[in-house]
Amino acid sequence: MNDKPPLILVVDDYQDAREMYAEYLQFSGFRVAEAKNGNEAVEQAFALKPDLILMDLSLPGIDGWEATRRLKADDATRHIPIVALTGHALAGASEGAKRAGCDSFVTKPCLPDDLVVEVRRMLNTVKQG
Amino acid sequence: MSSLQVRTMRVSAPVTTHAARLELLEYFLAHHDDLLRCAQASLDWLARHASVRRVLCLAVDGEASQLVGLAGVGVPADDVELFSLALSESHDPLIRALSAAGPTVVRAARINGHPGRSTPFGAGPFAAIPLRGARDTDDDAVGLLLMRSGTPISPDVSWLAAVLGQKIDQIRGRGSLAEEVHKLRRERALFFTIINAVTDPIMLTDTEGRLIVANARAEKLFAATEEESEGRRRAVELNNMLFSAALSRTAVEAPSEARELLLVDPSDGSDLLFEVLSSTVEDPREGTGIVSVLRNITDLRRATEQIEENYQKLRIAELAVRAERDRLNLIIDSVADPIIVTDQSGATVLMNAPAEELFTVAPDADDTAQRTVQSNDAHFSSFISGLLLGETGPGEIRRGEIGLMNPNTSEQIPVEAIAGKVLSETGELTAVVTILHDRREALERTRLYEQLRVASDELQMRVQSATAELATQNELLRRQAIELEQASRLKSQFLANMSHEFRTPLNAILGYTHMLLQGVAGELPANVKRQLTRIDSNGRHLLTIINEILDITRIEAGKMPMQVSEFNLNELVSEVMTELDPVITRSRLMVSARLSPESPVMVTDRQKVKQIVVNLLTNALKFTHQGGVEIGVEMEPDRRTASVAVTDTGIGIAPENHEKIFEDFRQVDDSPSRQYGGTGLGLAICRRLANALGGRITLQSNLGEGSTFTLTIPAEAPQ
Repeated sequence: MNDKPPLILVVDDYQDAREMYAEYLQFSGFRVAEAKNGNEAVEQAFALKPDLILMDLSLPGIDGWEATRRLKADDATRHIPIVALTGHALAGASEGAKRAGCDSFVTKPCLPDDLVVEVRRMLNTVKQG
Repeated sequence: MSSLQVRTMRVSAPVTTHAARLELLEYFLAHHDDLLRCAQASLDWLARHASVRRVLCLAVDGEASQLVGLAGVGVPADDVELFSLALSESHDPLIRALSAAGPTVVRAARINGHPGRSTPFGAGPFAAIPLRGARDTDDDAVGLLLMRSGTPISPDVSWLAAVLGQKIDQIRGRGSLAEEVHKLRRERALFFTIINAVTDPIMLTDTEGRLIVANARAEKLFAATEEESEGRRRAVELNNMLFSAALSRTAVEAPSEARELLLVDPSDGSDLLFEVLSSTVEDPREGTGIVSVLRNITDLRRATEQIEENYQKLRIAELAVRAERDRLNLIIDSVADPIIVTDQSGATVLMNAPAEELFTVAPDADDTAQRTVQSNDAHFSSFISGLLLGETGPGEIRRGEIGLMNPNTSEQIPVEAIAGKVLSETGELTAVVTILHDRREALERTRLYEQLRVASDELQMRVQSATAELATQNELLRRQAIELEQASRLKSQFLANMSHEFRTPLNAILGYTHMLLQGVAGELPANVKRQLTRIDSNGRHLLTIINEILDITRIEAGKMPMQVSEFNLNELVSEVMTELDPVITRSRLMVSARLSPESPVMVTDRQKVKQIVVNLLTNALKFTHQGGVEIGVEMEPDRRTASVAVTDTGIGIAPENHEKIFEDFRQVDDSPSRQYGGTGLGLAICRRLANALGGRITLQSNLGEGSTFTLTIPAEAPQ
């Protein structure tokens, strides 16, 4: 994966948002995979071993928190940084995300540019770590 | 007998002057035929003037052929009275002394030889001086003077022996001396027997109070010999003075009137009260004298006083009884309940005023009142009849209820009657005391109590039902509260969801706009870029509005709990400035921080403080076009309060708008065409947050002079 750009798994049930982030990440030079619910997210994560997962927490079926817990509970996927995306600005939302195992937390609405900045920062953190 | 002695009360000086001798001779003349008196006066004269203590005068009775006693001084009276010696006893020294030429000395032992006789001069010898008549000096003597032999025979004695001898001879020449003497003696003895038999003192005195004759009782009071005790003599002297004074008063004031005279009993010193009756007697020989009879009224006075005292005691006792009765009456009258005292026959003895109201009626009262009183009387009589008939034992109390009526008002008066017997010492019924107690008050009280009880029961029932209702209401309220809470939770959930739902499309709108502006679709013409910028800015505004509405809702719903942590206020302000750096840079304003040197450590909700500071700084930047913004951090010296002041050089706010800007959705310019963006919720949220932190936001500003917003909060958040 050294010469290949990092693979980002974008998980969001809202297609417009998901494709928007995917498009902009591609535009920004990343490889992108997509998942539209928690189950898909877990399957894709195990299958593709992405470099980073952008996880919307409000998902049908298995939600983002549960998906994150499962991924963080498995040695195969534990190392993958997960950046949580949430529209819930309610107090405690970020706490809940961190408890579930998210490495970072971004509140929607989040401009694609800002998201890319956060993705790069997280990837750098992992690389340094 | 000492009572035979006659003497004068006043004592002259014992000097044998011619005057003294003349006095005796005058006495002889005054009592020319009284042999005994003359003899006694002679001996008294001797005692006074010749210092002869004891002397006895004997005379020869020719008819009886006896030598008899005439008078004596200092010798027992019996020695004089009973002295008799037959002249035939020629060997007797006394008989022989009669024929002696001068005084002879007689040995007492010789005359002591006669049985039944004794000498008044004791065991020693005595002198016998013959008394000779005037007619023939060679004849035997007419009598003898017997004196103690040690006594010198002075000229006075010789002179007296001469004159007394002549006097005796003179008197004897007129008749039988013995007969005379016996007659006189009988009369005198009779006289004294009579007056001595009188228990009251009787006295004959001269007009100056000198005692002439006194009976035994009087002598006890008024005469004392020198042998008697000093106290007794003084008492006698005092009595004489008192008596003389009384006599002179009697003479001056009312001669025949009885007077009271207080004397001293010489024997025991006690007071004696006498009534003195004096009358003046004229005697051709003795001159004017006063006979006084003293009646001892000491006992009478005592008895009178005793009677007086008893009477007073009686009076006092009577007063006490009266006072007791008055007091009893007062007590009975002061009792509000009627009290009636009846005697054993049932007749009313005593009743107090309240009883009188029930059982007596004015004579002019109407028939109804009369009948009522009779009826009351009948009720009462039947009540006490049992007691009078002895149905109850002694000490027993009879109780009962009687229905009486007020004669004046015809008001029914139910009374409780309590009657008790009053028994005499012998257990006989003397009176019945009855107290009538008005039961109306008690009945009224019972009635009121019953009403009160009913009311109380009713109240209790009401309270019970009210309590039940209250419980129902409470349950209802509790359910409502639960429902409200659920509703509130649903609302919050709804808002959170709505927020999410708002943000999701907005996220896409802003994201795609941003992507287009970032040139994802290639370079865009300038007009398209400008149009996309409008979409972007309006989208951002919409996002802000959504966020702030959400904040307000959450604060109001209490969904913004305090999350207390310790932090440094200086660091927080620096952090805010760093985060807002792009905005600050864009504003082209001078923004500076004046941090506190005190290291302002806070223990409160950092997120809320930060939100307020961000908001204040953002506002300052928004409303300032030139100049600068300064953020000052201060910690109060007591380290209990800290403040963050944001001062700008912006447009300022008129004082009348200082409150308005803190209200929801308000800006100074509310017009749709306003110059500044924003929801107008920022300061409203800040104020709510500051309140939640236990602090406040204050404003100092004037139009055109810039503004200072100061957040003041406790260093430690209230619990």
